Parts: sequence; structure tokens; C-alpha cells
Amino acid sequence: MSRRGAFLRLWVSKAPRSVVLLGALLALCATPALAAPQTSITDLEDEVMCPVCGTLLELAESPQAQRQRALIRRLIAEGREKQEIKDALVSQYGDEVLALPGDSGFDLTAYLVPAIAFVVAVLALALGVRRWRGAGGDPPPPGADPPKGEDAERLDADLARYDL
Amino acid sequence: MSTRAFLAFLAVCAVVGLLGFGLLSKGEAKVGVGDPVPDRTLPVLGGQGEGSIADYRGRWVLVNLWASWCGPCRTEAPELDEFAQRHRDRLTVLGINVQDNSDDALAFLREFDVAYPQLRSVGSERSEAFGATGVPENFLVDPRGRVALVIPGPVNREYLDAAVVPLIEGKG
Repeated sequence: MSRRGAFLRLWVSKAPRSVVLLGALLALCATPALAAPQTSITDLEDEVMCPVCGTLLELAESPQAQRQRALIRRLIAEGREKQEIKDALVSQYGDEVLALPGDSGFDLTAYLVPAIAFVVAVLALALGVRRWRGAGGDPPPPGADPPKGEDAERLDADLARYDL
Repeated sequence: MSTRAFLAFLAVCAVVGLLGFGLLSKGEAKVGVGDPVPDRTLPVLGGQGEGSIADYRGRWVLVNLWASWCGPCRTEAPELDEFAQRHRDRLTVLGINVQDNSDDALAFLREFDVAYPQLRSVGSERSEAFGATGVPENFLVDPRGRVALVIPGPVNREYLDAAVVPLIEGKG
């Protein structure tokens, strides 16, 4: 048996019955609060839209937005979780109430297209760098090759004349 | 055409296609006089079952798109209810609640003691189907299911008597 279990058994055997009952009652009351963390209106306002205004709810002040906030406050007061409140909003106002696109159907392109574009851009960059490095870096400037033949003889003569 | 050029062409086509789809899917089809009324089965607001405009085929239907948060809707609701009572022999006023939440909508109906039938559209789907840009908007539908009059904005008794009554009485 764990230390916690042993402590509980000892506590239950030694404590007066009324105290045990009170403890059990408090534990029962505390359990739902721990299982379902409360959300807040500010936590939701930046994740849902005011469908009539076409903006985030946190930016909207229209009468419809005020009614939407009242509905959210009521659902919070009823102890609903964040996702439950979002589901309730969707059942009332439709999918357009969600600020983030859904994860199925055409909405999925909102997530897929940027990801695919990123992968394509990285691949294109990698290919470009590889090709550039394979070509040997920057081409040599014109005239960088050492002179040959008559030019080489003239260069040697000039250098000798200046005793360099 | 080289492979590289073909791939670039495909990429451009894909981007243009995506943009076009996005624009078309957001497009609003404005309903005009003589058009078949955009219709679909919708849940009854605050009740059991479903309904549609087609349920009233053979009668004139004044479709009223409304929301509880809309100020002008509060002004016109009692007038629409009174009009529906006066012309119940040949016309039905049918409310479609849009962009609203059901509890607020039902409270609105209780407040104004509205008796005409009500359907509920989730979000703005029905508004978009009618090409409505706000609420309230009203559409008179003839007994064959075609739009006879588009009224973008609130109505009152004077307007209804002047514009709707002649049509439903066959004098328009």
C-alpha cells in the first residue's frame, strides 16, 4: 500500500466520523472543478468571430456581438468547458463563428497550403544552393588567368625593369 | 514545353483555382423578382420538426428574415403579426431567424407575442441564399413559389397595404 493510502486509512480510523464525512463531502464538491477547468470570456473572444461583423469577437461592439458575449457568459456560468461553448456557438451561428478554419474538407487547405509552400521553398533553396556550389562558386573575374606567350615575356620584362 | 515550365504552369493554375474557388464560395446570389425562391428544409424555431417555404405552396408567403438583436425587426414584428392576422385567408407570414441564438429569438417572439410560424437558419446561410445584406429583409413569394417582391429593409402597415395587398389580391 502506498504511503498516501496508509495515511488515509490511519486518518479515517482516528478522526471523528463527522470530520470524515465532511472531508468526503468537500472532496466530492472539489472533483468537478478539477476535472473541468473554468474558461473565461477573454480566453474565448480571440478564438471566435462575430459573424455579422466579420471580425474577431474581441474587436466587435455590434448588438449581435453583445448578445453573443451574453450567451458565452451564460454558458461559462453553467460551468461549460471551452470546447463545449465553441460547439454551442457553432450550433447557433454555424462554422463561420470559429476564427480558425476546421480540420476537414476544404478548410484543411488553410493548413496544408502554407505547409506545402514551405516545404517547396526549402527544397528549391536547397537545390539552388547545391547547384551554385557544384558550379564552383563565383566565376573568376575577367583577365584573372596568368598571361601566356608574348604577354608573359612582356610582363617579366616590365617587372625586371622596375626591379620588383 | 520543358518539365520545369509545365510544373510552374501547374502551380500557377492551382493558385488561381484556389483563389477562384474561395471567391465563388463566398459569392452571394441576389434573388430577384420572378426567380424561384431559394428554399430548403429548416428546423422549426423553438419547436419540434422542420419546415420550408414549399410547405405553403398554393398560398402567398411573406418571408421575413430577422434577428432578435436587430432594432428595426422590433418595430416591424408587431406590424407583420397584425398583417398576418388580417390576411390569413390567402397569405402566410413566415419568419426565418438568422444570425441569432435561439434563446434570444424565442424571448423576442414572446415579448412581441408573435404568432406567425418561425423557422431557424444556423448562421447566415439563409441570408446568403437570399442575397440579403442585413436584417430585416422581406420577400413576397407567390403561390407557385416564385419571388414576387423583394423588400430590403423593414416594413410597416402602410407599406404592406400599398405594395403587398394589391399583389395578393391580384390587382398588382
